[in-house]
Amino acid sequence: MSTISITVNGQQKSGTAQGNTLLVDFLRSELKMTGTHVGCDTSQCGACVVHVNGESVKSCTVFASACDGAEVTTIEGMANDDGTLGIVQQAFHEEHGLQCGFCTPGMVMSIADILRNNPQPTEAEIREGLKGNICRCTGYHNIVKAAQSAAATMAGARQAAE
Amino acid sequence: MAKDNGIGASVKRREDARFLKGRGRYTDDMNRPGQTYAYILRSWSAHATLNSVDTSAASAADGVVRVFTGKDIEEAGLGGVPCGWEITDKHGNPMKEPAHPILAIGKVRHVGDPIAVVVAESYQQARDAAELIEVDMTDLPAVVDMRTAETIGSAVHDEATDNLCYDWELGDGEATDKAFAEAAHVTTLEFINNRLVANPMEPRCALGDYDEDADHYTLYTTSQNPHVIRLLMGAFVLSIPEHKLRVYAPDVGGGFGTKIFHYAEEAFVTWASAQLKRPVKWTSDRSEAFISDAHGRDHVTKAELAMDAEGKFLALRADTRANMGAYLSTFAPCVPTWLHGTLLAGQYLTPAVHCRVRAMFTNTVPVDAYRGAGRPEATYLLERIINKAAQELGMDQAELRRKNFIRSFPYDTPVALQYDTGDYDATLDAVLEMADYKGFEARKAESAARGKLRGIGLSCYIEACGIAPSSLVGALGARAGLYEAATIRVNPTGSVTVMTGSHSHGQGHETSFAQVVSDALGIPEDQIEIVHGDTDKIPFGMGTYGSRSLAVGGSAIVKAVDKVVAKGKKIAAHLLEAAESDIIFEDGQYKVAGTDKAKAFAEVSLAAYVPHNYPIEEIEPGLEETAFYDPKNFTYPAGSYLCEVEVDPETGKVEIVALSASDDFGNVVNPMIVEGQVHGGLAQGIGQAMLENAAYDEHGQLVSGSYMDYAMPLASDLPSFNVETAEGTPCTHNPLGVKGCGEAGAIGSPPAVVNAVVDALRDYGIDHIDMPVTPLRVWTAIQEASVKQAAE
Ligand code: FES
Ligand code: FES
Repeated sequence: MSTISITVNGQQKSGTAQGNTLLVDFLRSELKMTGTHVGCDTSQCGACVVHVNGESVKSCTVFASACDGAEVTTIEGMANDDGTLGIVQQAFHEEHGLQCGFCTPGMVMSIADILRNNPQPTEAEIREGLKGNICRCTGYHNIVKAAQSAAATMAGARQAAE
Repeated sequence: MAKDNGIGASVKRREDARFLKGRGRYTDDMNRPGQTYAYILRSWSAHATLNSVDTSAASAADGVVRVFTGKDIEEAGLGGVPCGWEITDKHGNPMKEPAHPILAIGKVRHVGDPIAVVVAESYQQARDAAELIEVDMTDLPAVVDMRTAETIGSAVHDEATDNLCYDWELGDGEATDKAFAEAAHVTTLEFINNRLVANPMEPRCALGDYDEDADHYTLYTTSQNPHVIRLLMGAFVLSIPEHKLRVYAPDVGGGFGTKIFHYAEEAFVTWASAQLKRPVKWTSDRSEAFISDAHGRDHVTKAELAMDAEGKFLALRADTRANMGAYLSTFAPCVPTWLHGTLLAGQYLTPAVHCRVRAMFTNTVPVDAYRGAGRPEATYLLERIINKAAQELGMDQAELRRKNFIRSFPYDTPVALQYDTGDYDATLDAVLEMADYKGFEARKAESAARGKLRGIGLSCYIEACGIAPSSLVGALGARAGLYEAATIRVNPTGSVTVMTGSHSHGQGHETSFAQVVSDALGIPEDQIEIVHGDTDKIPFGMGTYGSRSLAVGGSAIVKAVDKVVAKGKKIAAHLLEAAESDIIFEDGQYKVAGTDKAKAFAEVSLAAYVPHNYPIEEIEPGLEETAFYDPKNFTYPAGSYLCEVEVDPETGKVEIVALSASDDFGNVVNPMIVEGQVHGGLAQGIGQAMLENAAYDEHGQLVSGSYMDYAMPLASDLPSFNVETAEGTPCTHNPLGVKGCGEAGAIGSPPAVVNAVVDALRDYGIDHIDMPVTPLRVWTAIQEASVKQAAE
């Protein structure tokens, strides 16, 4: 057992973990942040995606100990400061991009990452970018639309800022 | 103009915010003080005698609280996992119904059969200790292939030495034979409807919590129907009366059928929490889900269609073997029978239909309802054989269907159903238009110029939803009624709490049910709260499956609203000093007909709780009503799907270039949610048609037992869909005129996809490829056909 300190969604948090405790288990069990989900044991479903130091990571594939001192963003940190939905979240709501909601945290985190790296992706690029995220409910149709609409909103915001 | 609230409006979902912020409350998110963790040691052998299970080392391991085996279950006298439906075979005998113990006793019958459970302070400790359990087993020959199961000489259960659960038939065999004898043309098709794993993204989870002081049990579980679990588990397995047992299914991460059933793990954690006086939690991992969640489909079928010289259908004959797996899951026996045989008339005027189904026990995971449940199998059978017939007769696939459409309603099918309403030409016309069917030949030529083969495939499905009149299903073998319940609690200031027995695990009931109530009571949606999923809060419920929530659960809500309004009129009549018969209720107002005298809904509600001026002699204070709605018939959603593919003959790779769907769901409450349901169904149907296959080897090992081998449809595998909901023919026998939309996509799409692929390959003389139509299968079919053509 060792003590791990990470900054989660801007807040300093610490807890204990064994050498082989996965980040996702640390978040869920130790920090009681259950927004990040576990949908598989072969690192394929993407329900567990978070951002570590700004990079999209499947939190079931990294040890908590390896994240000591890191900055982690989870789905709980994606809303605006006033509690309203962030751009990607709002797009999911508008476009009905979620049904049961189980894949949703990972989807939102992945799409935020896709759009950071490629602000104006084509439909094919979005679909390709989501290869590591499985949704069983939506058939992806409205998730793709949500990604497109989030991209458009962000572009609008950038333009307005210029 | 599009409405922005009430019935018919695409109201955005109120449940979204909590999910989008990571604040959903799924079962695995729940933890109880003093909680222990269960790890289940599962059989790695498909079929073996269980000689001994030595748990001494595991019991002594770090953190272990207790280790349980089948012996403990036996000594405690617990019941087995019950089956909820009894089929009577064609000789009038009941199906074979062997025991299904919570933990294996004497024998294991499939890979994944639970042998022992370690309960420990942590999940890690439970799992580590399980490795110390010594199991002595003697392997027996595994029964895997349904086609040889009767004669293989190895029995999954002693009660069924030929591994036959039942041999069932439906329809007029004699009339069918006669029609075949007189037919001008007979088309035959033999095929496999591939076994699937439902794979809701949330793995199953169960948390049992026994309160010693109150002698009361709580089970938190990933269920589509908490009351059904309370009934089955309480009454048949653990002998706990209902008032001592709460079953709570909070947010559930998808179900698709596989979370209908009562599972051994639910009973185990509930029972063990009382043994240990501590909460016990079990969470499935994905690999475990593959070998413990009930699977779906898995039919081997021979179908024959008899036609006259003009292509009019004369008779249909189907002979199916359906896999039950190693044990009978909750609804398993009714899936290939009453949910399959009864759908074989499809949208067509086929005068005679006969269906035989042999249900087989095998050493595989139990098979039960999965999105569509029997209806996808029936639709695939019909829609594939019709395309093969069209190919043989040289007829257009749409024309052959049109020639045989049912056009007058109500229509009594030769397989026990009465369709209340429909308009099959309308959805067919719509989809041909949406997909530019006329322009197909030009697109095909364009593809050919690029060396690609283009194909187009139609599928016209019908399904029976809103299951179902209790007296009817009772006569067919159901051991439960299939009504739904709802309570409308009008609060003193006029807001409304709705308790529904339907369960939402992605369908958005919190939004759409509020739209229904808002319309009926004329109050804003934000004044309405929908409560579901908790047996302590809901009067009763049969849950959500078979696309029944709005048709049955919604109807119960409407009935309860009617009762509220009836009582409200009495109160309003008193307040307005008018005769009750003169009171009308509209736009949220109780009005005296023909005058401008009125009382608002909230005023009447308040009067019911502050009954100072109140007809107290006549009625009680308060305004809360409960209704049970028992459907009068099934509902019959129907539609037409058209799939267009491009096949690369060099690699066998199939690309769906377009998928169009026109559905008749009757009235639609929330078009956005309905389209989302169709999208999801289409993805699962395409998954079945092109990607997914739960494959067993001859030893009974599940070869595709994780996401490494089981091909789940990914975003990159699918196109965007072209989905339209037709104006529709409202259901004639429920108050909302709704039919149900949850399964349509998964029912209608597999044959459309395969028909399109076969159409693309028609020049090779290929007339069938089994699902999933993987590149390997397509490529192999092309190679074999080319060799054959070269030889001719
Ligand atoms: S849980 Fe991490 S990829 Fe599935
Ligand atoms: S919304 Fe249910 S898995 Fe994606």
